Amino acid sequence: MSREYETVIGLEVHVELATKTKIFCGCSTAFGGAPNTHTCPVCTGMPGSLPVLNRQVVEYAMAVGLAANCSINRYCRFDRKNYFYPDNPQNYQISQLYLPVCRDGSVEIETPAGKKTVGIHEIHMEEDAGKLIHDEWGDCSLVDYNRSGVPLIEIVSEPDMRSAEEVIAYLEKLRMMIQYLGASDCKLNEGSMRADVNLSVRRAGEEAFGTRTEMKNLNSFKAIARAIENEKNRQIDLLEEGKKVIQETRRWDDVKEYSYAMRSKEDAQDYRYFPEPDLVPLEISEEWIEAVKSRQPEFQPEKMQRYKKEYGLPDYDAQILTGSKYLADFFEAVTELCKKPKKVSNWLMGETMRLLKEQEMEPEDISFSPENLAKLIELTEEGSINGTVAKEVFEQIFAKDVDPVSYVEEQGLKTVNDAGELRNIILQVIKDNPRSVADYQNGKEKAIGFLVGQTMKAMKGKANPGMVNQILRELL
Amino acid sequence: MYIREQEEQTLQEVEKKQDKNIISDETIEYVGILAKLELSGEEREQAKKDMKEMLDYIDKLNELDTAGIDPMSHIFPVNNVFREDVVSNGDDRENLLKNAPETKDGSYLVPKTVE
Ligand SMILES: [Zn+2]
Repeated sequence: MSREYETVIGLEVHVELATKTKIFCGCSTAFGGAPNTHTCPVCTGMPGSLPVLNRQVVEYAMAVGLAANCSINRYCRFDRKNYFYPDNPQNYQISQLYLPVCRDGSVEIETPAGKKTVGIHEIHMEEDAGKLIHDEWGDCSLVDYNRSGVPLIEIVSEPDMRSAEEVIAYLEKLRMMIQYLGASDCKLNEGSMRADVNLSVRRAGEEAFGTRTEMKNLNSFKAIARAIENEKNRQIDLLEEGKKVIQETRRWDDVKEYSYAMRSKEDAQDYRYFPEPDLVPLEISEEWIEAVKSRQPEFQPEKMQRYKKEYGLPDYDAQILTGSKYLADFFEAVTELCKKPKKVSNWLMGETMRLLKEQEMEPEDISFSPENLAKLIELTEEGSINGTVAKEVFEQIFAKDVDPVSYVEEQGLKTVNDAGELRNIILQVIKDNPRSVADYQNGKEKAIGFLVGQTMKAMKGKANPGMVNQILRELL
Repeated sequence: MYIREQEEQTLQEVEKKQDKNIISDETIEYVGILAKLELSGEEREQAKKDMKEMLDYIDKLNELDTAGIDPMSHIFPVNNVFREDVVSNGDDRENLLKNAPETKDGSYLVPKTVE
């Protein structure tokens, strides 16, 4: 049934910028402070207070815009968006409606069907709202304005996406770009990146768009995918039943896996925008744009080429490592210390990625130091520990950032390279396993594997397997 | 004959213009919702009258030919006023909270608000 329909999706992505201070006042943007300790008369909307624009916000917005192939509006301005809600102490949000800072851009995404371009309608600057905490016991809510006035950019795409996969590819692309710029850490689970999904359906082949809804409260890629699937089906069901889709804002509940309409008719969405009188307009000069351009970092495609050339990494390694700015930085830091790029790459792409995935973490959540991974690689390279022990030690590094040199020492994990000691243990193994010995001597090559295993077990994994193999063959 | 017709037309237009600004009950109700105001019957009638007068006054400005003139949003010819990204405010919570009618645990206390 749903095959007859096409899903049309556009995204509004809010990104909290990595400035030290808020957009219009000198309050800190640090995350996690005690309630209302990062506030002042401006960001709590006290009468008579006046906003002054943070230059860095404009720079970040321009940098993101340039990376997304936008044109920069040489003349731009802020507007007031009026609405009443306790998280918004001024009763208006300072945003940009008429003359946003960036317009008409595009990003390229990879889809199973090949490359696809998603248009960027505009990028504008605005301030974030405070946080409401609902009192479980009383009939009241508590308001914390630490987040009020934290700078945001809103990236508005064209309705160019057709599936959840495309939406996620687009978001991943944006996130990577913005992380490369250092403009935000883009953490969906902490709300520094938030995506609202505008979705409509239409019969395949139809030109006109259907009525769209806007979905909010999507805190992970998985929630986004689930919400898109759910909303698409809800709209198709309505149309199939001969009903109409109502244009509305809906809130996604990821636990119950359903959405509900957020605002009643009583709270009509009429924001009565008008030019913000407390802020003067911006005139962005050609020189300023050029200066921001000249500071743009090396983005993923260039970095990938450099990794292949400079470090001799295979295509696959270079692509995975540069897929995350954090992973790439980490790779470079470890390589700088131990000068073994391929080994570093193996540890990051293998064990590190495995543990990250297992614990549902992102590369930016890596908490161990490059030094300790570099030391572990050196220990392995000089033959002080074998591969199995190295993996064990790495789990400790990953979890607790232990110093592998002292950890190996303390736990007595050093590979026994003393042939005499090994020989004694192997003699014992041979004595204890006459059947396998006989099997081997009768030409069953596989039996030696069992004997190596028994020796490793007796040595608690600390033996050098190559050496064990060699001595065994000598003795048999 | 021709001139009279034209005069009549202008007169009609003037009347239409005045009618245009009559505030309906629905409009005043809607504005009340947006402004979060509850008005008594008397206050409503007064507000309708006041708003009509304001709109009539604004219409005067529309009589000017403004074609080719950029809308002005600020009266001063000043652009690009910035601050640098440096933390300059400390923790002034106690003082700020004094402005709130009710507080709890370092936060502003408001009637329960859930989306
Ligand atoms: Zn402030």
